[in-house]
Amino acid sequence: MSAVIETHHDDHHHGPGKGITRWLFTTNHKDIGTLYLWFSFIMFLVGGAMALVIRAELFQPGLQFVHPEFFNQMTTNHGLIMVFGVIMPAMVGLANWQVPMMIGAPDMALPRLNNLSFWILPFAGGLLVSTLFMDGGGPNFGWTFYAPLSTTYAPPSTTFFIFAVHLLGASSIMGSINIIATILNLRAPGMTLMKMPLFVWTWLITAYLLLAVMPVLAGAVTMMLFDIHFHTSFFNAAGGGDPVMFQHVFWFFGHPEVYILILPAFGVVSQIIPTFARKPLFGYDSMVYAVASIAFLSFIVWAHHMFTVGMPLAGQLFFMYATMLIAIPTGVKVFNWVSTMWRGSMTFETPMLFAIAFVVLFTIGGFSGLMLAITPVDFQYHDTYFVVAHFHYVLVPGAVFGIFAAVYYWLPKWCGRMYDEAMGRLHFWLSFIGVNLTFFPQHFSGLAGMPRRIPDYSIQFADFNMWSSIGAFIFGFSQLILLYTVIKTIKSGEPASDRVWDGAHGLEWTLPSPPPYHSFTHPPVVTDAEAHS
Amino acid sequence: MANAAEDKSIYYVPENGWYPVWVALGVTCLLVGAGRWLNAIKVGGEPSFIVLWAGVIILTVVLFSWFNKVIQENHAGLPNAQVKRSYVWGMSWFIFSEVMFFFAFFGALFYARVFAVSWLGGEGDKGITGDYLWPQFTPDWPVVNNPDPSRFTNPHESMASPGVGNWLSYLPFWNTLILLSSSVTVHFAHTAVKNNNRGGLKAWLGLTVALGALFLFVQGYEYHHAYQELGLTLGSGIYGSTFFILTGFHGFHVTLGTFILLMQLVRAFRGHFKPDDQFGLEAASWYWHFVDVVWVCLFIFVYVL
Amino acid sequence: MNVKAIMRATLGAALVVAAACGYADELNMRVGVTEVSESVYGLHMLILYICCGIGVIVFGAMAYSIYHHRKSRGAVAAKFHENTRLEIFWTVIPTFILVGMAIPATQVLIKMYDTGGEDMTVEVRGYQWKWQYKYLDENRNNTLSFFSSLATSQDEIHNKAIKGEHYLLEVDNPLVVPTGKKVRLLVTANDVIHSWWVPDFGVKRDAIPGILNDIWFIADEPGIYRGQCTELCGKDHGFMPVVVRVVPEDEYRDWYSAQSAAYTEREAMARQTFSPDELMTMGEQVYTKVCSTCHQANGQGLPPVFPAISGSPVATGPRDAHIAAVYNGRPGTAMQAFSAQLNAAELAAVIHYQRNALGNSVGDVTQPVDILNWAAAQ
Ligand code: HEA
Ligand code: HEA
Ligand code: HEC
Ligand code: CUA
Ligand SMILES: [Cu+2]
Repeated sequence: MSAVIETHHDDHHHGPGKGITRWLFTTNHKDIGTLYLWFSFIMFLVGGAMALVIRAELFQPGLQFVHPEFFNQMTTNHGLIMVFGVIMPAMVGLANWQVPMMIGAPDMALPRLNNLSFWILPFAGGLLVSTLFMDGGGPNFGWTFYAPLSTTYAPPSTTFFIFAVHLLGASSIMGSINIIATILNLRAPGMTLMKMPLFVWTWLITAYLLLAVMPVLAGAVTMMLFDIHFHTSFFNAAGGGDPVMFQHVFWFFGHPEVYILILPAFGVVSQIIPTFARKPLFGYDSMVYAVASIAFLSFIVWAHHMFTVGMPLAGQLFFMYATMLIAIPTGVKVFNWVSTMWRGSMTFETPMLFAIAFVVLFTIGGFSGLMLAITPVDFQYHDTYFVVAHFHYVLVPGAVFGIFAAVYYWLPKWCGRMYDEAMGRLHFWLSFIGVNLTFFPQHFSGLAGMPRRIPDYSIQFADFNMWSSIGAFIFGFSQLILLYTVIKTIKSGEPASDRVWDGAHGLEWTLPSPPPYHSFTHPPVVTDAEAHS
Repeated sequence: MANAAEDKSIYYVPENGWYPVWVALGVTCLLVGAGRWLNAIKVGGEPSFIVLWAGVIILTVVLFSWFNKVIQENHAGLPNAQVKRSYVWGMSWFIFSEVMFFFAFFGALFYARVFAVSWLGGEGDKGITGDYLWPQFTPDWPVVNNPDPSRFTNPHESMASPGVGNWLSYLPFWNTLILLSSSVTVHFAHTAVKNNNRGGLKAWLGLTVALGALFLFVQGYEYHHAYQELGLTLGSGIYGSTFFILTGFHGFHVTLGTFILLMQLVRAFRGHFKPDDQFGLEAASWYWHFVDVVWVCLFIFVYVL
Repeated sequence: MNVKAIMRATLGAALVVAAACGYADELNMRVGVTEVSESVYGLHMLILYICCGIGVIVFGAMAYSIYHHRKSRGAVAAKFHENTRLEIFWTVIPTFILVGMAIPATQVLIKMYDTGGEDMTVEVRGYQWKWQYKYLDENRNNTLSFFSSLATSQDEIHNKAIKGEHYLLEVDNPLVVPTGKKVRLLVTANDVIHSWWVPDFGVKRDAIPGILNDIWFIADEPGIYRGQCTELCGKDHGFMPVVVRVVPEDEYRDWYSAQSAAYTEREAMARQTFSPDELMTMGEQVYTKVCSTCHQANGQGLPPVFPAISGSPVATGPRDAHIAAVYNGRPGTAMQAFSAQLNAAELAAVIHYQRNALGNSVGDVTQPVDILNWAAAQ
């Protein structure tokens, strides 16, 4: 390639490409954000349909619809798809849309890498789902894939499962690198770190968590691959390894992972509550420090998932104490949200409804988390539906409601059209009722002694399971309202104003709705009024 | 509106491109192909390599074009200093993620040595495991007598260091020196280009590539020795497992690094890199230093201690 | 309209809570029958109440604010956005609360870890999908061992029969222990990870292949205590109950000697010779009870993981290979070494059955002595 090549880009005139190539080849943060969000929604239906298979089978005692073997595959794939295919892509989609607009940047820092991070996902997701149709069935060892069930005793499709996890990890790592580079390098002049909107802060920290733990997950599955195909003995005591070692490596990834799922939702809620309370966020600084402390602590609590493996006493105590500490920064966040609402001038549009439900129901999930952290009591809770109730409370009305809130909040900005408020509220109330009906009774079945990951149960648990299944169907089918509302907004919503919400602050609201293809070609001036909400 | 090549306040956003989707496709083919191959071997079937090769070919073509394109854009002066800062951040945090990848295997090594092996050998907090289930197993590291030798064949000998006095006849020691000096030479290459010393650039870079290749050769010889003479294989228990996964992935990274440096060498011969603009070379050299640091940790924790 | 909806929801929730209190027993954790399980229950209630208390304060403040600080009620937004003293307050107070929880939790945990001074020791070994109990003497030698697997009929599971009271929580041979004795359990597994749980004892511990965990309990109340395997261990993880029968000491002694006698009697069968019909009948029983979870009642298996027996090259080929597969199992697969579970007579019978039923018709006859000879030749 000799010397200078003549290029005649008219860089900043290029708009969206034509037809399908617009989506396949795009380097635009908004298009990529849209792709992420739609991908996530489709996977939500797939993963949700699997949850409905689970709930249908558990509607009554006895085996009705599926074989135990297939049931395990549903549980496993439901967990994996929801975590890796729904929440994470949705959060990255939100980051793609919002981070450049919120910090006054033209686009993401590394646009082509951005496209690659997204397009790996459909391939990885496809590979993962395709394992279900392979000989011997798909992964059936739970989303935590403990060895040796996932190595020596696993179906042949596990090889492809492992590679799918590698791909998902690669996508997340590239996505995080991009987000970090964008936030550190592309802020408009005057947008100091401590003026950044909280959504940007939470994503910055989340990106670091991802960068630190996704490679460890890759290491864990790589060791599995070697145990399966190359006769190593990492997780086999006969060769001097230890099955428990797998769990340590997995949860070193797995625990920070659950905060990866929730921190961006914290950010979303911290944007929404001030807007609808028409009052600045209470305790901005402590909010930032709290997120940072949660992230730090998340690295030293992993073994609270393994209290029953028989760790030495000192280990049990350490992990119990460290886990309990997380309640403190999380409490700070909850109290600050409540204080932001306090003496505000509140209205309750759909985003706010979801945000309020988030605060209440996430806190309930946090409480059960704290109960699980108490080691001697966890012996009773562990691997029962009490745990299932805990994590669905933090994940569904937590992470998922956070995403719903964000979508309703920013949708008018994204497409320049207002969604139908009545439909939004209907979606909210059905979801709210459905979610509680599904997951609240699971606390009781767990306490009564129902183990998780079983396709059939003894008759004493029948009532709770029936309610739970009914709730699941209500919740599941209400999501079609969301689909309908979003499509209707895109097609025929009322035009939205630039600021959309009268209480909203932040750079994204200074742009027209919908915003130009390249958000800020020239960096804006950051005024105090538009600094963190 | 202004053009990024002229207005340096504009952050260059590349137009749509076909490369990334194809990379995604290529990587997927590569992995699916590899998976089919592994699974076929496992059941003793006839592997088919079509998908695997398709992946390799797609990746080669696309990555080559992609990098070419970036270099062209750079020559056209499209990216301003801020864009280049993004590359710097990107590369640094990529290396950080690589560090975490090795961290997983080092973690496994430490856990196995400190906990698993002692417990299986009847020592420590969970010594009852060894007393009751593996009474004949003694917790020595390196493990050359496995808890169940009928399933994981014992190696005759380990790769452990023979003591500082004998290092002159100990190949891993020489390999350490080779890799350490290559880190120095790549640094000289970098300084050379900054001083506009093209001859120095080519010479030092060439030497670095040669040292990388030499390292790989010695490593290959070591592996051969381990498999053929010491009976030390991936299947010889936790020692072999951790030894080969750590040194193996390191070797893989050295291979990649050598290849990247080789490409920089080709570019150097084509007249690329300017005293004030040589990020490709700089990134390659960071990567090389990283590989070097990992090796030093390996030498200490896998071979010596 | 909104607020009304919220009020209604609150009212609804209150009604649910009130109704829940009606049959609070079924909603809460069981108190259990050991000292440990009682302390665990106490801890559970302590944290639960603390969480409820905090919940009432936090959600109360929110509800108040949602009601009073609404724009539609003319509320005007205040301007404040920080208050250092308040923030310190709600960092420090939770810290104290947490310390208050951690102290009793630590005490209970330390008590649980005190495994010494046991009166008897039993090895508990998880298999796919059953438990093996081995009674050990002081030198940890096996004195009595048996398997304990699900006793619920397939008809009940497949909704073809009325489900019994202890549906899925019943086994053929429960673990039997005397009252008031400190029973130490050495928990491990043969294949994958299982977990041994009896809620009433407050004991749950993972059974990990190649690793040993020790736990203990003292049950004073005679009775039958039921639990389940709580670690996903494959297809039939949901069908792997744990049942412990706690009996007074003399009853335990009687049981123990009866079991030992039966154990020796069963061993004696290994020296007998059977007619092909007897082998067939016994073989079918063993096959249905032991092998059919994996190889299926019709012998078709669930390929590729669980191979079919019908037409299997092993089950229709040379007999020694067949015996080897069953006797030693296939290490590293779910196929276990059945020599540890079945005596020579049962092994002979099931092998005879597999070779001459399920669509196979090799036509040879396998006697216990063939098994013994084969084993001796190894
Ligand atoms: C978004 C995801 C998310 C989040 C945020 C959390 C948050 C927490 N989790 Fe959860 N957890 C999961 C997802 C999550 N978890 C998942 C998926 C699993 C199961 C994995 C599997 O096995 O498949 C799991 C399992 C799990 C276990 C293992 C249980 C078992 O298997 O036996 C434990 C044990 O300690 C635990 C604890 C906690 C704690 C202490 C928190 C804390 O962060 C909660 C802190 C919040 C609060 C406490 C509420 C607000 C605070 C206040 C109002 C202040 C005052 C409060 C007090 C002083 C009490 N979690
Ligand atoms: C973010 C994560 C997330 C989310 C959102 C959910 C959502 C739901 N989960 Fe999930 N769940 C997990 C993460 C999540 N879960 C994890 C990690 C596990 C542990 C897995 C393991 O043990 O390994 C788990 C396990 C788990 C179990 C325990 C299974 C077992 O132990 O055997 C159950 C049982 O009730 C359950 C139920 C549900 C339900 C009813 C929903 C509902 O919210 C789902 C809502 C339903 C829909 C959205 C359906 C929409 C579809 C339609 C309306 C039909 C149209 C269909 C098509 C067009 C295809 N989940
Ligand atoms: C927990 C599951 C399980 C149970 C119970 C089980 N098997 Fe198997 N069996 C397997 C698996 C898995 C294999 C395949 C092993 C392999 O891959 O080499 C197998 C293989 C076999 C084979 C060799 C078949 C072939 O074609 O390779 C025979 C014979 C056999 N089992 C007999 C029995 C008998 C007899 C019993 C009962 C006494 C039994 N099995 C119970 C899982 C089981
Ligand atoms: Cu055994 Cu679950
Ligand atoms: Cu956790």
